[in-house]
Amino acid sequence: MRKFFHLKNIPGKKKLCGFLFTALLTMAVLGGCAGGTGESSGDNSSVESGEIPLDSGSEQESTGGTDGETSAEESASGESTAEAGQAGQETPENQYGGSIVVGIQQDIDSLDPHKATAAGTKEILFNIFEGLVKPDENGNLINAVASDYTISEDGLVYTFTLREGVKFHNGNAVTAEDVKYSLERVSGLLDGTPLISTLSVIEAVEIIDEQTVQVTVGSANTELIYSFVAAIIPAGSGEAEGADPVGTGPFSFVSYEPLKGITMTKNPDYWQEGLPYLDSVEFKIMGDGDTSLMELQGGTIDFYAYLTDSQAQALQDSHQVISSPTNMVQALFLNNAVEPLNDVRVRQAISYALDKEAINDFVAGGNGTLISSAMMPTLKEYYVDLNDTYGTAANVEKAKELMADAGYAEGFDMEIAIVSTYEFHMQTGEVIAEQLKEIGIQATIRGMDNGTWLDEVYNGRQFDATITALTCDMTPGYLMNRFQTDSKKNFINFQSPEYDEIYLKAQATLDPAEKAEYYKELQKILCDEAGSVFIQAPANMTAISKRLAGYKFYPVYVQDMSTVYIVE
Amino acid sequence: MKYLGKKIITLIMTLFLVSAAAFFAFQIIPGDVVSSILGTEATPEREEALREELGLNDPPLVRYGKWAAGVLRGDLGVSYRYSRNMNEMMPVAELIGDKMPVTLWLAAFSMAMIVLVSVPLGVLWAKSSSHVLDAVLGVVTQATMAVPSFFLGILVTWLFGILLKWFAPGGYVSYQEDFRGFLGYLLFPAISIALPKIAMTARFLRNSMLTEMGADYVRTAYSKGCSRERVMYGHVLRNALMPVITFLGMIVAEIVAGSIVVEQVFGLPGIGRLLISSISTRDFPVVEILILYITFVVIFVYFLVDILYKVVDPRIS
Amino acid sequence: MKKKNGKKWNKYLYAGIVMTGIAVLLGVAGFFWTPYSTTAMSAAEKFSAPSLRHPFGTDNFGRDIFSRVMRGLGTTMLISSLVVFFSGLAGIFLGAVTGYFGGILDEAVMRVTDALNGFPSILLTLVIISILGSGRQNVIISMSLVFMPGFVRIVRGEFIRLRDADYIKRARMMEVGKFRILFIHILPNIFSVFWVSVMIGFNNAILAESGMSYLGIGVQPPDASLGNMLSDAQGYLQSAPWCALAPGLTIVWLVLGFSLFSEGIRRWTSAAVNFV
Repeated sequence: MRKFFHLKNIPGKKKLCGFLFTALLTMAVLGGCAGGTGESSGDNSSVESGEIPLDSGSEQESTGGTDGETSAEESASGESTAEAGQAGQETPENQYGGSIVVGIQQDIDSLDPHKATAAGTKEILFNIFEGLVKPDENGNLINAVASDYTISEDGLVYTFTLREGVKFHNGNAVTAEDVKYSLERVSGLLDGTPLISTLSVIEAVEIIDEQTVQVTVGSANTELIYSFVAAIIPAGSGEAEGADPVGTGPFSFVSYEPLKGITMTKNPDYWQEGLPYLDSVEFKIMGDGDTSLMELQGGTIDFYAYLTDSQAQALQDSHQVISSPTNMVQALFLNNAVEPLNDVRVRQAISYALDKEAINDFVAGGNGTLISSAMMPTLKEYYVDLNDTYGTAANVEKAKELMADAGYAEGFDMEIAIVSTYEFHMQTGEVIAEQLKEIGIQATIRGMDNGTWLDEVYNGRQFDATITALTCDMTPGYLMNRFQTDSKKNFINFQSPEYDEIYLKAQATLDPAEKAEYYKELQKILCDEAGSVFIQAPANMTAISKRLAGYKFYPVYVQDMSTVYIVE
Repeated sequence: MKYLGKKIITLIMTLFLVSAAAFFAFQIIPGDVVSSILGTEATPEREEALREELGLNDPPLVRYGKWAAGVLRGDLGVSYRYSRNMNEMMPVAELIGDKMPVTLWLAAFSMAMIVLVSVPLGVLWAKSSSHVLDAVLGVVTQATMAVPSFFLGILVTWLFGILLKWFAPGGYVSYQEDFRGFLGYLLFPAISIALPKIAMTARFLRNSMLTEMGADYVRTAYSKGCSRERVMYGHVLRNALMPVITFLGMIVAEIVAGSIVVEQVFGLPGIGRLLISSISTRDFPVVEILILYITFVVIFVYFLVDILYKVVDPRIS
Repeated sequence: MKKKNGKKWNKYLYAGIVMTGIAVLLGVAGFFWTPYSTTAMSAAEKFSAPSLRHPFGTDNFGRDIFSRVMRGLGTTMLISSLVVFFSGLAGIFLGAVTGYFGGILDEAVMRVTDALNGFPSILLTLVIISILGSGRQNVIISMSLVFMPGFVRIVRGEFIRLRDADYIKRARMMEVGKFRILFIHILPNIFSVFWVSVMIGFNNAILAESGMSYLGIGVQPPDASLGNMLSDAQGYLQSAPWCALAPGLTIVWLVLGFSLFSEGIRRWTSAAVNFV
């Protein structure tokens, strides 16, 4: 009789592995340039020794080119950046050495930089691998394994000059062979399976000479250059038996253990002079967001990003807590194909009914940036502020009017599907459900695991509404593409012939400014049609131990440890 | 021997049933491992390549057959989710082998605590004629048993971790690096597991002893002039311990299964956490082996208890 | 420690009735009335410590925890009662049939319940919920399935014990109908044993339900349940421990009250069942 259902042993924790920003919807491409050309957000021009050596940012000033080729990239010319951390103004001389532990929320999904899809993995592998180009902390592209590149006028031929003296962690110099191999691997030329979908347009990779590689693509796209952040790895290493990850980044791979973490050690031969400072970095996987708070306080981890508002408050005195913008858009996504959400008036009513300011206050401590369409404000070139369309506070009168027009004066029932491990979205859902009551919509939340969500909501499109966040890294076209009527990724079933038309125009143009204008129009359509209710670009709250300085925030998914040093 | 054979056949049958049930449950569960691995960025080519690589294009029965054949050969397969290096996935055996010691030590630690505390407590309780002690223990054990394990974990963290700062919650150290530190860290998770079981076992032992004390042979023993101590420890305790052994057997099984909770609450990298994360990522090879393993432990412990019972009391057939 | 014959009022029963009574009263009342709304949010009152206005304090959304505990209590008790009802009913039926008739059906049912018993029930619930999806009805269904084997075993055992009792043999000789024997002659006689298992089952159901909500697969927010309140509160353990203590201690109160109550009943009827 005692054996009788021993359900007492129900396990704990609904936050089973990370939560919040672990970004299901993370786009594959890491990197690229936020503002596109030349936009330097660095208004703080304190130049520090060791921080981004001049050659990385400035030498690509190859404007005009020789054979009528243009450089896609202007430079950030040595301008330095806002540096996080209170000790930011100190000169980090003799600050070499030491090791730190960084808490991370999710396990690594792959050690192969080309196969990793989770944002949480890519932001760590950033320390091990580099592409021909890489993003900097202003959201610009800087040269990495390449020291220069040119793009032909028709946008179809990319010519990369390799940087001299770049070595892999195994001691071998990076050759044109390695670059060719890496690009062929990601583009599918090697075995027919493209690993990074944006690079599948590559048609040929040719070695011109030892230091020059020429890439031919099938169709021109001004945003393609951002995809060349794809890691350069030693030729053949992707298929070699038992190969450890080897790249050219500031840290080299030491070990990885599932559920525990990944350890890296300093790359003494790193091509950027003076970097990195630390001897080793351990990325430790946290059980959940709550133990991480205690670990920060106990000093067993030194660094932890994506804090919840309450965690941030608890750490205010003991740590440097810094809020930085993320390049994500959080939204209440509405399935435009189901009754009654297929009625634009109902969607607009919901847009009016939500009090985004209250949501931001409750779930993000007021640190998020409110938005009204699918673009993050960090992409300054492309972003247009549409917050006036529906207002950021609730307009219940207007909403009720629209509901009545649509024939739903009495409201209706709606189900919001949310991945229950993402506490940030779950909390947003609770606030939204409460706000929707005002206009008679009885919203219930259905928590599910990620696998089910992908299956039913994202791929199956069987849902009323869902809350999640989208990101596009630095290529906004990727985000805009999603809302075309026929896009495979258009999980909200958004339909607008006008949108489709403008999207095609935007893709056709090779003029970045014109493209930006088109993208702004797209955002406006999406907002006016209330394709979904875009809420905020959440803030990333990061806690950093007071013994550390030099950390630089990126507007992309990157945790760059190369500039961090210990002050003590 | 016949008994043993029968038991082994039942064990194999049950393991087979459980593995088949788990396999087919995984077919029904919404959520596809390929989309789970590739996320939202899956290109059709990559999906297809991965599907082929994982052998998911075979019909379910064939896949189950292949998997079962592999296990019988001692090949537990490789994880869908965890990589060992650039291009190899982690073999399930290695993955589990690495997490197992954490769970086993946790179980052993809590079991030791349960036995060492509950047996003396139960005996003391049964012997005591004090009504106050009886009432206090009665209430305390009842109350302890009413605390759900997840809440107990939270309470322990709050009380000892946050208020008293006796340990750093989450400050887990690996057993390879610092074994003593590791055991020290396990102390509080083990307490969370052990407390309710201590209460249960002590109550059980006490009741068992009281029943024995009323038995005829005890009166006989007293009348033959045996001392109270001798009767207590020589006869009563020995007989009373028999059902307690069964009870402890059940508790072992519960601890192994129940460490899932405590590993979550305390962030321990044991098989419980591995199991939960593997279920949510649809990492079938890992889940299947873990389920088999847990079932095996549970059945095996029952089996041991059975045997022990026979050894202690030959009358039982 | 068994009481002598006769039904005697005892301390366990007294304490149990008081504790359970308070919980039931609050829980039932919670469905109709709570001091504050259980979902209305207030930024101004985020994380207020317990006070006269808010006896259990408020949570991260400024919601009154006492009101939410009331509603959560009701939800938890309602779900647990339904689970015990459904699994108990199924247990009686299956247990009666398999225990009385034996044979192939019995063998099959026993193998399945054995396998289920050897299988950690938490895993089973997780798997069933993964298939059905989370939510209130599915919690009831999956828990009923998980709890059923326990009832089947107990009822079956009792039917096996009683099927060869003299009075049943006589009834068979008098050609009393099978179902009449099963449910009129035997069933009332297993009631005392069954009652105890229902009590234990109810307690386990409370723990299981709150555990599932704690895991996020039970009652979904913004509906209040003791488990999901506890889970949300865990993140604020340091700054606002009352958020966790209130629902947690309420679960303890409920479970303790009910086990005292059933212990009291046991002593009262002095049913010779030794339970832990």
